[in-house]
Amino acid sequence: MEDALVLGGISLQSRLFIGTGKYASDSLIPEIIAQSGAEVITVALRRVGMQQEGVMDHIPKGMRLLPNTSGARTAEEAVRLAHLAKAAGCGDWIKIEVISDTRHLLPDGYETCKATEILAKEGFTVLPYMNPDLYVARSLVDAGASVVMPLAAPIGSNRGLQTKEMIGILIEELDVPIIVDAGLGSPKDACEAMEMGAQACLVNTAIAAADNPVLMAKAFKMAVCAGRSAFLAGKARVHGLGQANASSPLTGFLR
Amino acid sequence: MQALSELFAKWPSERRRDVYENASKEQVLRVLDKQILDPMDFLTLLSKSALELLEPIAQKAHSLTLRYFGRAVNLFTPLYISNICTNQCRYCGFNAKNHLTRIHLSVDEAFQEAKALHDVGHRHILLLTGDAPKLSSPSYMADVVRAIKPFFASIGIEVYSLTEQDYAMLVQAGVDNMTMFQETYDPTLYEWLHPVGPKHDYHYRLNAPERAAKAGMRSLGVGALLGLAPYEQDTFATGLHAWWLSRSYPGVDIGISIPRICPHEGEFTVNNAVDDRHFVQYVMALRCFLPRSPITCSTRESAFMRDHLIPLGVTRVSAGVSTAVGGRGSDTQTSEGQFEITDHRSLSQMIQAIHDLGYQAVIKDWEDPTATNSACA
Repeated sequence: MEDALVLGGISLQSRLFIGTGKYASDSLIPEIIAQSGAEVITVALRRVGMQQEGVMDHIPKGMRLLPNTSGARTAEEAVRLAHLAKAAGCGDWIKIEVISDTRHLLPDGYETCKATEILAKEGFTVLPYMNPDLYVARSLVDAGASVVMPLAAPIGSNRGLQTKEMIGILIEELDVPIIVDAGLGSPKDACEAMEMGAQACLVNTAIAAADNPVLMAKAFKMAVCAGRSAFLAGKARVHGLGQANASSPLTGFLR
Repeated sequence: MQALSELFAKWPSERRRDVYENASKEQVLRVLDKQILDPMDFLTLLSKSALELLEPIAQKAHSLTLRYFGRAVNLFTPLYISNICTNQCRYCGFNAKNHLTRIHLSVDEAFQEAKALHDVGHRHILLLTGDAPKLSSPSYMADVVRAIKPFFASIGIEVYSLTEQDYAMLVQAGVDNMTMFQETYDPTLYEWLHPVGPKHDYHYRLNAPERAAKAGMRSLGVGALLGLAPYEQDTFATGLHAWWLSRSYPGVDIGISIPRICPHEGEFTVNNAVDDRHFVQYVMALRCFLPRSPITCSTRESAFMRDHLIPLGVTRVSAGVSTAVGGRGSDTQTSEGQFEITDHRSLSQMIQAIHDLGYQAVIKDWEDPTATNSACA
């Protein structure tokens, strides 16, 4: 069954996006890409080498680059980093990260909206990282975001789908794809997000910090596929404990 | 926002000593179960009881380091541009009374030195000067920064205390990082250690990181010179200072340096030497207390110690280090060093060593978001 995710006019077969940070060696990246099946990879512009040495050398041609604005504290700074990324040959997709709290690394919704509006008007395909708040999400969509990327838990925390209820509301209410980003700790979290109807997941720390990152990349690929299939299949109802009981204490009088 | 002085006033030295001596192992284990630590928890991890629980503390410190920094270690190198100093810090090799070759690099000479460091592969640099405000003035530093800016992704400064306006000028010139060692957080000891010169003013130095934060500095580093005051006093105060800065200026990255005093020119008796077990305990306690703060370890420490601290919390190390002024560019003279370094590995050796530990050496980890053109284009 054809089930592509179309973003910025590009048709993607894989719904697992991966990162480039925190690996023991950049040389692991090609194998991580191969095992994860990912077609989109995010890279912090701050890590991109001055003479192209470093991480970019390890990303195979054909991967869709998703540069991010890590380090930006305001919309203005995010916009500048997006321009630098484009000038550095990273394409016109941009993941906006505006973070001005280094203690918890939570995204600033207001500044993110401002940057989204500017960059979307300039023609970027904008993927904003955000706290799962319905109003912020709607503002991002109005500002031209192609997707919204709510956090599942504080970034790097590996704590899983802590914001499940709020992400569920975004999935229900928004017409753009929801890509769950940050905090997914294990494949089961990604699977659950996909079963809920998320269109994709972005995973970095949980893969990079695993004892065997390559195997974990494969595990996430399988989990995302399983969750997506489950969503498409339409789950059978979950029966509560009392429902096996034939007696009907409240409606029995109708007999 | 609570003033730093009010926070320190809540933690008089007797109270620190009491917790250090009397915290129980049970209390230490309870701290290890917590997700967010407060200052009392941090002090508990610095206690005598915690010294007997280093392995469980290490497990937590390792897991937090991996979670927030991954298997990646940032590299930088210092560039000393002047060792002319008007201070007489009793423990320092650059003490004005010490007889040594004094060199003050011109902007052109600093450019040559910086170019040599760039050509070897360095992309993050830390500029250091002695405290000679007329000769090594803020505008001289700004001139050097502007001259060498094209070579580096990140330029830090570790210089004497400046005004907020001077920090703003340096930020404008291209500095993103400022490191300031308080040396000791004991005001009485501080005054004795720094008998004359501009550095004599304890509070002016203590408040320098805050002035830099207000001036727009992106990241700050604080640290005490371990060995001056009793172990629990300055280790705790350093963590408390960093914690206060991170809560007061949440947009600024607050890092910590962990210098232990080294032998140097002149005579100074180290009364409170910190042994390796206590030193490691300190690094791990910092990581648990401030999980997202970079921790910097210099070449004051041996290769052996530095390598072992990486899994436990150190995320930033220097490489290819010289603490002397000059000698890297073609025509510059060389002075004696500020202190003896014990890890002489070059940049490429350091990259290899970090790789052998199962970690990635990160050469570039900054892109100035206020710049309009980039070196990576």
